[in-house]
Amino acid sequence: MFNRRKVLQWGAASAVLPGLCTSMPARAEDAVKIGLILPMTGGQSSTGKQIDNAIKLYMQQKGDTVAGRKIEIILKDDAAVPDNTKRLAQELIVNDKVNFIAGFGVTPAALAAAPLATQAKIPEVVMAAGTSIITERSPYIVRTSFTLAQSSTIIGDWAVKNGIKKVATLTSDYAPGNDALTFFKQRFTAGGGEIVEEVKVPLANPDFAPFLQRMKDAKPDAMFVFVPAGQGGNFMKQYAERGLDKSGIKVIGPGDVMDDDLLNNMGDAALGAVTAHLYSAAHPSEMNKDFVAAYKKAFGNRPGFMAVSGYDGIHLIYEALKKTGGATDGDKLIEAMKGMKWESPRGPISIDPETRDIVQNIYIRKVEKVDGELYNVEFATFEAVKDSGKTKK
Amino acid sequence: MASILTNLFDGVAYGMLLFVLACGLAVTLGLMNFVNLAHGAFAMAGGYICAVLVNNSGWPFFAALPLAFIGSAAIGIALERTLYRHLYSRSHLDQVLFSIGLVFMSVAAVDYIMGSSRVFIKLPAALEGQIDLFGVGIGRYRLMIVVICGLLTLGLQLILAKTRFGSRLRAAVDDPRAASGLGINVPQVFAFTFAFGCGLAGLGGALSAEILGLDPYFPLKFMIYFLIVVTVGGSSSITGPFLASLLLGIADVAGKYYVPKVGPFVIYTVMIVILLWRPNGLFGRTAAR
Repeated sequence: MFNRRKVLQWGAASAVLPGLCTSMPARAEDAVKIGLILPMTGGQSSTGKQIDNAIKLYMQQKGDTVAGRKIEIILKDDAAVPDNTKRLAQELIVNDKVNFIAGFGVTPAALAAAPLATQAKIPEVVMAAGTSIITERSPYIVRTSFTLAQSSTIIGDWAVKNGIKKVATLTSDYAPGNDALTFFKQRFTAGGGEIVEEVKVPLANPDFAPFLQRMKDAKPDAMFVFVPAGQGGNFMKQYAERGLDKSGIKVIGPGDVMDDDLLNNMGDAALGAVTAHLYSAAHPSEMNKDFVAAYKKAFGNRPGFMAVSGYDGIHLIYEALKKTGGATDGDKLIEAMKGMKWESPRGPISIDPETRDIVQNIYIRKVEKVDGELYNVEFATFEAVKDSGKTKK
Repeated sequence: MASILTNLFDGVAYGMLLFVLACGLAVTLGLMNFVNLAHGAFAMAGGYICAVLVNNSGWPFFAALPLAFIGSAAIGIALERTLYRHLYSRSHLDQVLFSIGLVFMSVAAVDYIMGSSRVFIKLPAALEGQIDLFGVGIGRYRLMIVVICGLLTLGLQLILAKTRFGSRLRAAVDDPRAASGLGINVPQVFAFTFAFGCGLAGLGGALSAEILGLDPYFPLKFMIYFLIVVTVGGSSSITGPFLASLLLGIADVAGKYYVPKVGPFVIYTVMIVILLWRPNGLFGRTAAR
């Protein structure tokens, strides 16, 4: 019994301590606090690490003071569990009195925090989650990542234009996978394409072999693929093992599958896959070259699209604060963010003043070997793509 | 026709893989009567050992495979001597709680050391691609799995049925007291068996990285498959889990190919039907305890 009580005391003490520590510095009132909620552990942790790294890098480069106010980041790990996200967001808002909440690795996490942002009237900067509806759930949500509709519709358009007529689809059976499939199908069939085979793969899928055999027997021109980033490598290896590459079936899809973070480990099986996405580490701009070099130097690996979303997210917060002269009123900040345009490592981007969602170029890329490493090399650009998941409504 | 045979082959390869991964569990659960849910952790250890040797130290894949076996077996024997043996006489609930705790610790440890992203093992070119056998596409890697696992199964069966060690083991399991009275060193036999089971899991982990994917959540993700194999096969012999693995592998692949919409459920349906028909598994016997 004694032990249990002691444990409880410790628990209570450790819950209070962080609160004490953050309110200790005398000038803490002057700091602008950003509550960063990311999955730092668990299956989504590479997303969290990239965003956290990118924000650290940005603050190293641009300093930690904006409009006379110090920026303080409070990082919390939600392990991509929405219940955690909600609790952490609440703690950050009520106890730490943060001026922004940011991050959000997966859609359910971003949605869980939405009502809190509305109630507290503070901006929620979504740096990863990619389902269309997110920004509609609160007038205080701004997104700097992407939506699946953006890349899936574009690859649909591209496929139609490039003589791909019959497509078999293989998507993971969960919200983003279904989103990707729906948007692709809409555009592709509207353009005269035909879906010859549609397979939804369970999310926890150990072996792609039977599904791939089915694809092969359907003899399409290309297969549209969306699987969670981690499974992309297994998928591509089995695709090559089964000889689908030799039977002339191309792989197309939204670029999440060919995340820069994982691409290099996939091996040569990934060569030739064509995907549509917002960012490639091989994007040929001066700014991106500097960004990639700085990121590699600081963290030892290549930045992926999640890193660039985090980098732009913190940039947006900095710029909004500059515009308001350091004022942290939520409505003013959101007003300042709307319509903001800037040059990002991924290319020119802006925040749509109507939907607070990101408007960006979507690039068509092909996996190629550059200096012995695999990269997504961009070869076509669709400029200033809005989220079509919303514009229809 | 060709695709039926290809599917059959894929199913056999998948089943063989399941068998190598799970047969260690059949041994500990069935022969030693110990519920070891941490079995997958040893498989993961083998996978990562192989991955580190091949990718970082430049070992050839075939040299790293035995090392995966030995490494996992060594970890197994260390844990058996320090932790597991204290739990042999405890209730099954204690064993479950202990081993599931071990699973979570292994997940966190590997996540910390190796990172959470998937690891791939660089394969020799000879193992990539398919060979065309009378119009039937046969994956080389899968063919290798079938060969290795087939030989292992044969070897295991021979050891258990024909060797002195096999008879000692069976005696130790049936009646530990009488066995030790006859001069059999029961703890030693158990430790060796346990280590061997862990080694097999490690080998299975190394082989499965290519097909199932290897990440820190491996022990949790595939625990259910190991348990299905053992429950369906019955845990009293090697043949039971072997046939169960093959059946499940083929059913799973066929289900996913022919009825992709309900494919993932086929394996569970097969399990339920078999267990309704034979509650102790295909080759089960009522628990000897």
